[in-house]
Amino acid sequence: MDLKGRKVTLHDMCLRDGMHSKRHQISLDEMIAVATALDDAGVPLIEVTHGDGLGGASVNYGFPAHSDEEYLKAVVPRMKNARISALLLPGIGTVDELRMARDCGVSTLRVATHCTEADVSEQHIGLARKLGMDTVGFLMMAHMSEPEALVKQAKLMESYGANCIYCTDSAGYMLPDDVTARIGALRAALNPDTELGFHGHHNMAMGVANSLAAIEAGANRIDGSAAGLGAGAGNTPLDVLNAVLHRMGVETGIDVFKLSDVAEDYIVPMMDTPVRIDRDALTLGYAGVYGSFLLFAKRAEQKYGVPARDILVELGRRGTIGGQEDMIEDVALDMARGDTEQQHQMAGGSA
Amino acid sequence: MKIRAALIGSGNIGTDLLYKALRSDWIEPVWMVGIDPDSDGLAKARELGLKTTHEGVDGLVPHLAADNIQIAFDATSAYVHGENNAKLQAQGVLVIDLTPAAIGPYCVPPVNLKEHVGKQETNVNMVTCGGQATIPMVAAVSRVQTVDYAEIVATVASRSAGPGTRKNIDEFTRTTAGAVEQVGGAAKGKAIIILNPAEPPLIMRDTVHCLTADEPDQEAITDSVHRMVREVQKYVPGYRLKNGPVFDGNRVSMFLEVEGLGDYLPKYAGNLDIMTAAALRTAEMFAEEIANGTLKPAAAAS
Repeated sequence: MDLKGRKVTLHDMCLRDGMHSKRHQISLDEMIAVATALDDAGVPLIEVTHGDGLGGASVNYGFPAHSDEEYLKAVVPRMKNARISALLLPGIGTVDELRMARDCGVSTLRVATHCTEADVSEQHIGLARKLGMDTVGFLMMAHMSEPEALVKQAKLMESYGANCIYCTDSAGYMLPDDVTARIGALRAALNPDTELGFHGHHNMAMGVANSLAAIEAGANRIDGSAAGLGAGAGNTPLDVLNAVLHRMGVETGIDVFKLSDVAEDYIVPMMDTPVRIDRDALTLGYAGVYGSFLLFAKRAEQKYGVPARDILVELGRRGTIGGQEDMIEDVALDMARGDTEQQHQMAGGSA
Repeated sequence: MKIRAALIGSGNIGTDLLYKALRSDWIEPVWMVGIDPDSDGLAKARELGLKTTHEGVDGLVPHLAADNIQIAFDATSAYVHGENNAKLQAQGVLVIDLTPAAIGPYCVPPVNLKEHVGKQETNVNMVTCGGQATIPMVAAVSRVQTVDYAEIVATVASRSAGPGTRKNIDEFTRTTAGAVEQVGGAAKGKAIIILNPAEPPLIMRDTVHCLTADEPDQEAITDSVHRMVREVQKYVPGYRLKNGPVFDGNRVSMFLEVEGLGDYLPKYAGNLDIMTAAALRTAEMFAEEIANGTLKPAAAAS
């Protein structure tokens, strides 16, 4: 694979996706320390929000240690070169939170929808672009759509004003060929000025390999997180990807040793449990289940005595998507009764 | 004598409402209004003997007096409801708002229908499908003890969410959260909506989490929740408590499923039924008031 001379923007996720594995309890001091160290290492773009994006504070997803506004106000003014991004999932956050983030100095707004539901993002993408923000359309659980279907959704987001479109492997399910097919189709169909991005998870240990496949197929923004801190078995380990890209002659502008120091000295000590591919995280990738379900399933196992792995497999079978954390306790209750109620996921009539 | 009504909006909600209104003892649907001459809803309405126009409310207004239309249901979108409402009210028509515009007071029938009696209201808002499915549960807890915070998660099948709902997604969350507080009785409310594209489509699912101020009285809350479920089932028979109430510290959670009658979309689209059945029940209450003379919409005949 020849990527020599390519320029890629690496985007760190540990202060947003990492919030999932920290149960949204990252302190303001930790936020500031990590963001400052990432900035010093040369990371150009850092995401800061609740794990489920702006407005994610809830019983369903977890209440964070601090509000999005508090985190953003603490981090943004301390950045020397790095820019700060925020995630927004329509249906959870609204344009009110978008405006708040903009007022806090967020430069990049990423509007995330399930890979088939892009048309709920029109008002948010439109407003972010109108406010002059770097506006990203973020198509989650992209493994559930074939490339042609993903292109249609991406074109909607592009038409609303997104200047960058992401293929997001929320479940860590994709293999490199899946990434090549999707990014390749997007590159062929979208405006040449529209940037492409890839967001990987490491549940099948494919984070780095998938990111390389994405770059080869035309992506120039890649998400990852120092030491991989993120949902499931974590995001693509950014420190590792950065080192690989340096070896391949790809320009990232990030110091290899400084970023690996951030991972080792800041992120690893913050981890509640090691972010690794345990049997439950592997199940996410294997069955194609949304990454942030992991800790909820482990907690349901504790409370109801049903193995997390079985809960995750059942959630995959029921076709759950990002945001349906409420289904985890519901499924666990069904399974604890020995009642998977198969008849309930069947539609009552024909379509 | 039935009160004559117009249905504005020929999408999923308007068309489902049409089927239910045709079975009403109090309401006679006379007009169906759309903006797309090729819409499936308008075609269905014509087949069922209604008068139709594809020129929006402007196409209906000249006929209001002659056809003695006293109630209109608006199932368009929050963005156009304000304008529709002004045109209809200028003609003395009482408006039932099925968009999340929320110009008028919220109505969730099993909780506060009776509060709307005798108020001479000219516009009432039906909140959202997620609100109709969940606010009765919030109220069932808050009538037992103080609820500091209530949060609802509504998951509907993608195929049952039309373009209006999709464009109005922020209005959905705001309006639902507002009604969780004002009608549900929670000090603070939050709403989340998820569109799930699974095939075959999933039946509408709703989760309600309440955080009570003090330790929840499990027996009293469980009893109250089951009584409220039976109230909702009177007009939406497919409304079911699937799991719960679950108690975890001060958290009380209910897991619901809403199966529709399959009038327009198949039975998975319980989100249509809970909205249209609630709107119809509200309209019937007003129709009864009009019929017995306690509510007098400004004379439409002029």
